[in-house]
Amino acid sequence: MQKKLILDSDLLDITLNRLCQQLIETHDQFQDTVILGLQPRGIYLAELIHQKLEKLTKSNIPLGYLDTTFHRDDFRRRDTPAKASETKVPFVIEGKHVVLIDDVLFTGRTVRAAMDAMIAFGRPAKVELLVLVDRKHNRDLPIAADYVGKYVNTIASQKVLVEMQAQGHKHNKIWLVNQD
Amino acid sequence: MSKISQPHLLGIKNITTKDIELIFETAANFKEIINRPIKKVPSLRDVTIANIFFENSTRTRLSFELAEKRLSADTINFTASNSSVKKGETLLDTVNNVLAMKVDMVVMRHASVGAPHFLSKHIKANIVNAGDGTHEHPTQALLDTFSIHEKLGTLSGKKVAIIGDILHSRVALSNIFALQKLGAKVMVCGPPTLLPKYIASLNVTVEYDVKKALEWCDVANVLRIQLERQQIKYFPSLREYSLYYGINKKLLDSLKKEIVLMHPGPINRGVELTSDAADSHHSIILDQVENGVAVRMAVLYLLAGAAG
Repeated sequence: MQKKLILDSDLLDITLNRLCQQLIETHDQFQDTVILGLQPRGIYLAELIHQKLEKLTKSNIPLGYLDTTFHRDDFRRRDTPAKASETKVPFVIEGKHVVLIDDVLFTGRTVRAAMDAMIAFGRPAKVELLVLVDRKHNRDLPIAADYVGKYVNTIASQKVLVEMQAQGHKHNKIWLVNQD
Repeated sequence: MSKISQPHLLGIKNITTKDIELIFETAANFKEIINRPIKKVPSLRDVTIANIFFENSTRTRLSFELAEKRLSADTINFTASNSSVKKGETLLDTVNNVLAMKVDMVVMRHASVGAPHFLSKHIKANIVNAGDGTHEHPTQALLDTFSIHEKLGTLSGKKVAIIGDILHSRVALSNIFALQKLGAKVMVCGPPTLLPKYIASLNVTVEYDVKKALEWCDVANVLRIQLERQQIKYFPSLREYSLYYGINKKLLDSLKKEIVLMHPGPINRGVELTSDAADSHHSIILDQVENGVAVRMAVLYLLAGAAG
């Protein structure tokens, strides 16, 4: 198994800071904006960005977790059903600006499921998508991210591995993995 | 990534502790969903489920039907009392005719022990046993243990007394299996005539005095006297049963500790439970009903997912 480092801790920090600045440009003081991290892996990124944003804007920004498992379109089409994680949306999203956050954008199917799952909590005024890594040329659906940490050219057999300190890793690192 | 080990839920005896834990985790997610303003997910939208009930049921049938609808499955309902069964059709023919209409899963209740097991050998659809005679009622045991788990945090080492008509109860047998798989200690309590002869061979403690049972346990699961299954008299009168085995508020208050009171329903108020006990703060009877939908959603979801 070959691994190539795409982003290390320092670079990731620079990237996250840039993403936060871009978010602030659009959302100002976040008075009408909520953040939803996608389970299972997008939540760590969402927490990091949320922390930075609250520090930068000095305001309280609602942060929730959204699980897409029961809205996936591959249920009964794969060997094992995906395991569900917690959904926690303790605020109203009706009429709000929602920023969905995930680590990797690949086929776009998770994001489609996420939008489906999100609608159960109300009708947002606007929905945006932030991803750390956008795997180009691999989309199955007409879905694009509004904020991208890094574009990576990959082939389908490769995998993007996101290691976060919050998950118990020593450093924040993003890898591109060739699967044999 | 995890998967239930069986294509059917025939009984608790046939599934593993891991399966039960997976069902609990999934049920917890569904419980969050059924408390949302929009209580529905699209997971089972391409699945058709037949609810085939050869025996009366209100709670279980409604609970299954609601679970199916919350998962967006298509459902058809079939009750034996107004069907061709009356005209002499066999069980296998009835079910095969239903399956010919492209049904993916069957939820079945039947008065004969082993009916779903028999069916599982002859048909391809996933089967969920919603009660077979006096044998097993797996989803009830799962929702009971899920409710205890929710209330007490764990089942390991907890003492659970099952009180009442054990002889005619499928809830009792499934509960014993489920509780033991999750590490709880089980006691059965009732008049000797209503306890099966070799029940102690299941590694349960047998007690005839309800007060002692209540003093021993953390959780009391009180069962209904199933008069409809009793062809002979097992005790002199309901009044006498209630006098010796009925649980009332006074009895609960006389204990030196708090216990959790459960009942699978329907309650015969004034027989096995008085109203002041059933409606007291000890009781989690209505939580059991709420959890029933979440647990059944989990079972249907996991079985349907494994069959993909």
